[in-house]
Amino acid sequence: MYRWLLCFRYLRTRYIALASIISVMLGVATLIVVNSVMAGFAAEMHDRLHGLASDILIECHASGGMPDPEAHLREIREVLGDRIEGSSVSVHVPGMLGIDFGGQLITRHVNLVGIDSETYDKVSQFGRFLLHPDNQGQVSFDLRDHGYAPSREDFPESGWEYRRLKVAYDRAILEERERVEAAMRRARGMDAAPDSEITDQASQGPTMAVDFSTSVFVTPDSRSGQVFDPAEEQFPGIILGIATCSSRLRDEDGGVRDHFYCRPGDDVRMMFPNASDNTKVVNQKFTVVDLYESGMSEYDSTFAFVRLDQLQEFRGMIDPQSGTRSVTTVQLKLVSGANLNEARDDLRRRFPPDHYAFNIQTWRDMQGPLLAAVRLETTILNILLFLIIAVAGFGILATFFMIVVEKTRDIGTLKALGASGNGIMSIFLSYGVLLGVVGSGVGMVGGLLFVRYINHIASVIERITGQEVFDPTVYYFSKIPTIIDPWTILWVVLGSISIATMASVLPALRAARLHPVQSLRFE
Amino acid sequence: MTTFKINTMSDSPVLRAYGIHKSYQKDKLEVPVLRGVDIEVFPGRLTALVGRSGSGKSTLMHLLATLDRPDRGEIHFRGSRIDDAPRAARDAYRNRDIGVIFQFYHLLPELSALENVLAPIMIGQSTWSYFRHRKDARRRAEAMLDRVGLLHRATHKPGELSGGEMQRTAIARSLMTHPALLLADEPTGNLDAETGRDILELLRGLNRDEGMTIVMITHDDQIAAGADVLLRMRNGRIENEANRQVA
Repeated sequence: MYRWLLCFRYLRTRYIALASIISVMLGVATLIVVNSVMAGFAAEMHDRLHGLASDILIECHASGGMPDPEAHLREIREVLGDRIEGSSVSVHVPGMLGIDFGGQLITRHVNLVGIDSETYDKVSQFGRFLLHPDNQGQVSFDLRDHGYAPSREDFPESGWEYRRLKVAYDRAILEERERVEAAMRRARGMDAAPDSEITDQASQGPTMAVDFSTSVFVTPDSRSGQVFDPAEEQFPGIILGIATCSSRLRDEDGGVRDHFYCRPGDDVRMMFPNASDNTKVVNQKFTVVDLYESGMSEYDSTFAFVRLDQLQEFRGMIDPQSGTRSVTTVQLKLVSGANLNEARDDLRRRFPPDHYAFNIQTWRDMQGPLLAAVRLETTILNILLFLIIAVAGFGILATFFMIVVEKTRDIGTLKALGASGNGIMSIFLSYGVLLGVVGSGVGMVGGLLFVRYINHIASVIERITGQEVFDPTVYYFSKIPTIIDPWTILWVVLGSISIATMASVLPALRAARLHPVQSLRFE
Repeated sequence: MTTFKINTMSDSPVLRAYGIHKSYQKDKLEVPVLRGVDIEVFPGRLTALVGRSGSGKSTLMHLLATLDRPDRGEIHFRGSRIDDAPRAARDAYRNRDIGVIFQFYHLLPELSALENVLAPIMIGQSTWSYFRHRKDARRRAEAMLDRVGLLHRATHKPGELSGGEMQRTAIARSLMTHPALLLADEPTGNLDAETGRDILELLRGLNRDEGMTIVMITHDDQIAAGADVLLRMRNGRIENEANRQVA
C-alpha cells in the first residue's frame, strides 16, 4: 500500500519528473502522428498504384507484339483456371505528342496505349480518373458536347461547343487575312505575287484547323474524297494524361493554377513507330476527347490512351491474311484473395523467358522500389523516433537516480519500519511505470488529436509561416491522408511504458540495496 | 519499587544480546566499535543506555533493531535468535515487534502526520488487507495521535510541525503495531530542554501507564537518571554490572 501512496505522492511533488513525462509524451505523440501520416500516404499510394495497374501485367517486348492474343489468353486461362476474374489486351508503344499552342509546337514524350475500353476498365481503374462525368461511367473516344470536369472551377471550356467556336474563329481569322492579302495584292499589282505567296504560307503558320493532311492515313470514320470539316467531325479520339498537356503553376497570390496547352476538342499530333520490322514513324492526328487525372504524376505525365483497334490499324498490327490482330500487353485481374506472386510464377513457368520475350509482373513488382522505399522510410522513422523515447528513458534514469539520492533517508526510514528491499524497489518501479503511463497516455491523446485536426493545424502553420506545409503541386492530394492503426498505437504506448520501466530498474535496484544504517545517517 | 524490580527480574528478558562484537572498516583500518556487549532488556522496564558520543551506543541500537548485523555474538528476541534470521523475518520483526524512535524523527516528508503514523501498518500488510481494514487502522492511528496529543495536527505535513510535534508523531508511529519494545535513539537530542522534558515525560508515561518496555539511548545523565535500569557504555562495552542498579 505504502508503495502506491508514496509513488503517487512523488509524482505529485517532484516536478523534475514532469520533464521526463513531457519527453515521453512528445515521443509518443510524434510516433503516432508520423505513423498515421505515413500509413495514410502508403495506403493512398497503394490504392492509386493498384487502381492504375492491373493485378498481373504480361508485356511482350517484340515490336510487333504477340500475335493472336486469343490463343495466348486461352493458354493463360488454362494455367490460372478460376483465379482469373477479368482480362484485357492492349498495345503499348512509345510515342511523341505534338501540341499546337499559339502557333508553337510543343512536343512531349508519351506512352501511347491502345485500349479496349470495354475490358480495360474491368482489370484496372481507368474511367474514374477521366474528367467528363459521363466518361467515368462509360469510356467513349467520341468528343462530348460540354460538361468536362464540373468540379474544377478553372477548367477551360471544352467539347464540341468549344471546337465549333474555335473552328469558326480560325475561319474568321483566315477569311479576314485572305481579304486583307487580296486587297494588298490588288494594291501592289501582280509583280509582288511570288513574294506574297511565301508570306501567305508563312502567315498561315501551323494552324492545324486548316493545315492538316488527311491523306497519309484514312481514319475509319472519315469518308475518303470528302472534305474534312473540323466543325462537324473529329479525328480518332485520344485521352491524354493531364500532365502531358498542362503545367501546374503557382500564381502571385500563391494559388495553384493549371495551364492547359490543349483541351478536349483540340487536335494533336502523335508520332509513333509502326510494327513492321523495317520500322517507320507513323504520324497521325488525334482529337483530344478527354483528360486523365489519376493523381500519380508518373502516370499523368506519360500516358495517352487511344482505341485499341485504331492503334492496331495505324501500326499495321493486323495480319492481312488471317485478319488476327497483335497486341503487346495482356492485363489480368485475379479474383480477390488470390496469391499474385504464385499466379505470376505459374505464368512464368508456362512462358519461360528463354523462349518468350515476355515480361510477367504483378503490380507490386512494377511499383516495388516505390513501395519498398515507403516501407523503409516508415521503418527508419520509427527507429529514430523510438530513439527519442530512449533518450527520454535516459532522462528518467538520471532523474530517478537523483530522486533516490534525495530520498536516501526516507528509504532508510522505510527499512527501519520493516519495508523489504523488494518493497522499496517496487516504489521506484511503479513510479517509472506511472511516469510511462501518464506520459504515453497524454502523448497518445495529444497525438490522436493532432492527427484528427492535422489539416487544420497545417493550414494554421501555413498562415503563420506563409509556407505551404502540404504542397498540392507536389503531392496531388488536397488533404493530408491519415490512417490510425490501433495496433501501432498499442505498440507505441506499450513500448514507451516499457522503456520508462526499464529506465527505472537501475535506480530502483540501487534504492533496494541501500544499507539501512548508512541511509539513516545520510545527510 | 523494589518489589516491582524483583518481579521483573524474575521474568525472562524480552530482548537479550551477548558477546556482541562490531567493527567498521575505515580506510583499510578496522575500527572496533563494540567489543563484547552483553545486555538484557526486561519487559515493562525503562532501560537507559548512557554513553559519550562514539561509545557505540547507536551501533548497539542498530544491531538490536536488526538494521545491521553483529560480527560476533547473538541477539535473541523472546527466546529466538533474530540477528541471523532470514531477511523477511527481520523485516517483520522491525515492523511488528519493535518500535524505533530516532533523534531526527525520520518522518516521510510527503505524508501527513496521520499517514506517517499509518505507515507501519501499510508496510506490514498487503494492499488488499490494508484496504479491508483501513478504517480500523485509521481509528488506531488517530488514537495514537491522540495519545501523544497531536490529533489536531493529523493532516499536517512534517514540514509544518515543530520538532517536538514531529517527535510525538514518530512516537505515535512506533506504537502503531503494538510493539513489545520501543528503541529510542536520543529521542530528545535534537530538542530544546523544555520540549525534551515533554517527550521524556511522554515516554515515561507510556512505560508507567501501559507497561511499555523502552530502551532509551542518551548521552545525558540527567535524562538517564529517571530510568529503571541504567547501563553505561564506554569503549564498546557495558561498563560494569553494578551500574544495572537504578541510581
